[in-house]
Amino acid sequence: MMPEISLNILDVAQNSVKAGAKLVTLECLIDTGADTLTVIIDDDGCGMTKEQVEAVTDPFYTTRTTRKVGLGVPFFKMAAESTGGSFEIVSEPGKGTRVTCVFILSSIDRMPLGDMVSTVHMLVTQSGSMELVYHYRVDEEEFTLDTRQFREILGDDVSFNEPEVSEYIRDYLKENTSEVNKGQDF
Amino acid sequence: MKSLEELKAIREKMQGSVALRSEDSDQTRVVVGMATCGIASGARPVLNTLAEAVAEKKLDKVSVTQTGCIGLCQYEPIVEVYEPGKEKVTYVKMTPDKALEVVNRHLNGGSPIKEYTLNSTTL
Repeated sequence: MMPEISLNILDVAQNSVKAGAKLVTLECLIDTGADTLTVIIDDDGCGMTKEQVEAVTDPFYTTRTTRKVGLGVPFFKMAAESTGGSFEIVSEPGKGTRVTCVFILSSIDRMPLGDMVSTVHMLVTQSGSMELVYHYRVDEEEFTLDTRQFREILGDDVSFNEPEVSEYIRDYLKENTSEVNKGQDF
Repeated sequence: MKSLEELKAIREKMQGSVALRSEDSDQTRVVVGMATCGIASGARPVLNTLAEAVAEKKLDKVSVTQTGCIGLCQYEPIVEVYEPGKEKVTYVKMTPDKALEVVNRHLNGGSPIKEYTLNSTTL
């Protein structure tokens, strides 16, 4: 089990990296009125066949070769469903995959969202040329991080791993997240 | 809201000063296992700490990257250090504190910390 939703997101988003995605859209949408926390991970990677989509929530299915179990997706599904929420994967070979996970915000079984700043920072700085759009919303307040905007400013020769840039990205995420949160803790 | 203007200022300050990272043979690679097993046992703060400390100490010859499941899930978080011309060092059951020590004593100081390695755990 993962102790935080943000760790589930980091884990499942790695599948998009491995699927060779050029663009990943990650949305974390909190709606206190509807009492939901929705996570959407949408990629344009290699996608999956109908059979693979059915198999992927089975812990004894995996594409890796070092072990016979694959727990990333089953953990994510279980975390959402144990709150009374829902889990859905839509995928098409050659087109991409979209994972939608809905958590019931007030459920006692909902684990904390956790450190989304670190998850997104890691996805941005460690995923090479993959572009990431991150959308974070709490009710009416929201902000978006788009690596394509960063890259346009930086040009091709400055990597997101340069210390000054990496620190800027962390601060960008941290400050904007806290403004959107308005002192609330999820 | 933090603006993109600040990034432009950083870019301008860096103009010309960005040294081309040599991907040549004298580069040390530090690899952190970031599959489900690694993440669940705490690899994210370990990788963060390594990347930050390496950047802070300006260790230009060291690159920190991630990989999938190394196949020893019970020993995660695992950090592997590949130094050119030397045998691979595998650190197991890592924490951010141990990671800092590895940066200071091994990556910067040049001597591996034997007691944190896979070799010194009882299988």
